[in-house]
Amino acid sequence: MPLLCRVTIMTLLALVGAGCAGSGDESVNGEVLVSAAASLTEAFNVIEDAFEDANPGIDVSLNLASSSNLREQILEGAPVDVFASANTSNMNRVSEAGAVAGEARIFAENTLQIAVPAGNPAGVTGLVDFANQELLIGLCAEDVPCGDFGRQALDNAGVTPSIDSNEPDVRALLTKIEAGELDAGIVYVTDVISTEGGVEGVEIPENQNVVAEYSIAILVDAPNAEAAAAFVSFVMSDAGQGIMGEYGFIAP
Amino acid sequence: MSETTARKRAHRPPALLIALGLIGLSVFVIPLVGLLARVPWGNLPELASSPVVIDALRLSVVTSLTATAISAVLGVPLAWVLARTNFPGRSILRALITLPLVLPPVVGGAALLFALGRRGLIGEPLHAATGLVLPFSTWGVVIATTFVAMPFLVITVEGALRNLDPRFEGAASTLGADRWTVMRRITLPLIAPSLLAGLVLTWARAFGEFGATITFAGNLQGRTQTLPLAVFVALESNRDVAVAISLIMVAVSLAVLIALRDRWWRAL
Repeated sequence: MPLLCRVTIMTLLALVGAGCAGSGDESVNGEVLVSAAASLTEAFNVIEDAFEDANPGIDVSLNLASSSNLREQILEGAPVDVFASANTSNMNRVSEAGAVAGEARIFAENTLQIAVPAGNPAGVTGLVDFANQELLIGLCAEDVPCGDFGRQALDNAGVTPSIDSNEPDVRALLTKIEAGELDAGIVYVTDVISTEGGVEGVEIPENQNVVAEYSIAILVDAPNAEAAAAFVSFVMSDAGQGIMGEYGFIAP
Repeated sequence: MSETTARKRAHRPPALLIALGLIGLSVFVIPLVGLLARVPWGNLPELASSPVVIDALRLSVVTSLTATAISAVLGVPLAWVLARTNFPGRSILRALITLPLVLPPVVGGAALLFALGRRGLIGEPLHAATGLVLPFSTWGVVIATTFVAMPFLVITVEGALRNLDPRFEGAASTLGADRWTVMRRITLPLIAPSLLAGLVLTWARAFGEFGATITFAGNLQGRTQTLPLAVFVALESNRDVAVAISLIMVAVSLAVLIALRDRWWRAL
């Protein structure tokens, strides 16, 4: 927070007669609020720790929700510094509203997989099973990126799904599959990895699959633009990309 | 200073109280004004009659009324037991019943899923025996809303039963009425205003239920997508529809609360 920083500066001046304490990385400090897609939860938690280790003066706060939800918060004036969207269309909407500072950049790619409960009790083999009315099928809601991509994949496969629930975000969908309450759903490859065996993945062939492009940008109204820039460069750096890779994301 | 002016001054509320009260009022009024400012009045009829809204409205009315009816049938006896019998652990039981009032509804929904889901403690044998699956069904919505809303009825009715003068019921018994007749002819009529207030609160809570429903029953138009769920989904796709639904919810809830205000104040 700028005010907090100012207070800190004044305290330091009074105490030691010096400027704002340099913390390795010039004078960038304060809080930075990052609104990130729900599917980035694990990877960004690790990135947050690594970034804060490298920049002790900066405190990152993650605001995790569906990209469409985050987009609405930003368009309603939420004091966000960085937006990391699971698709380009939500970023474009924010950009068209003039809320993006500079250019949004693609920082990762992700593909889709069918998630089924451990042991695949319903014996799901591919997208064709999504038309089976006997199965309990879940997708992300239509306007959430994973819902949009999932429907594209079903379209590519020529399958009309028999949907039992349109979940508000990919994590909610994953939770219900992991609990065994849904027989199958379409999520990102990285989500299947993140459950560490909680759900099993069933491959979607390349000719049916969709590539999700993750886009990141600093916002025009960013309360802490400097820290935001540092965070984005960290995500794009080798260190950041290495962490993304560990969680199954593909470098753009 | 004459005695009457002194009395007048004593009756006038202090300016500080009025100021704080007005700020308190603004907490409720400002969001409503914000909502009204966004209402697309021009195509409101068209938006309000779209299939998504009609389906959600129908489902909300049916499930909230069903949940209220179930709460009445099960909640009044529960309140009676709490108010009239004495057994060890009663305060723990009352805390358990009050829990859904303070618990995040999502937690309630998850708990329901673990208990009544297809792989749940009770849900699994139920599914094996009958093939019944409660999550992702309209009954799932009714169960989730009953869980969250019934405490309002139990708490209100229990309070009324405790405040009831036991001499009325005693007199009826002395005159030869059996316990069922006393309940029907004396107890229930005496607590009627509180019962009604409890029913209205229960219905209002059920009508607005979101977290437990989406967690336990999922979200599918026509089957489990009630008005609050439809608002949530529409906020991200079509904000005008979301605002239209919100307006319907505010209007319906406000109409019911105002219509019952007289009995309301007397009971609470």
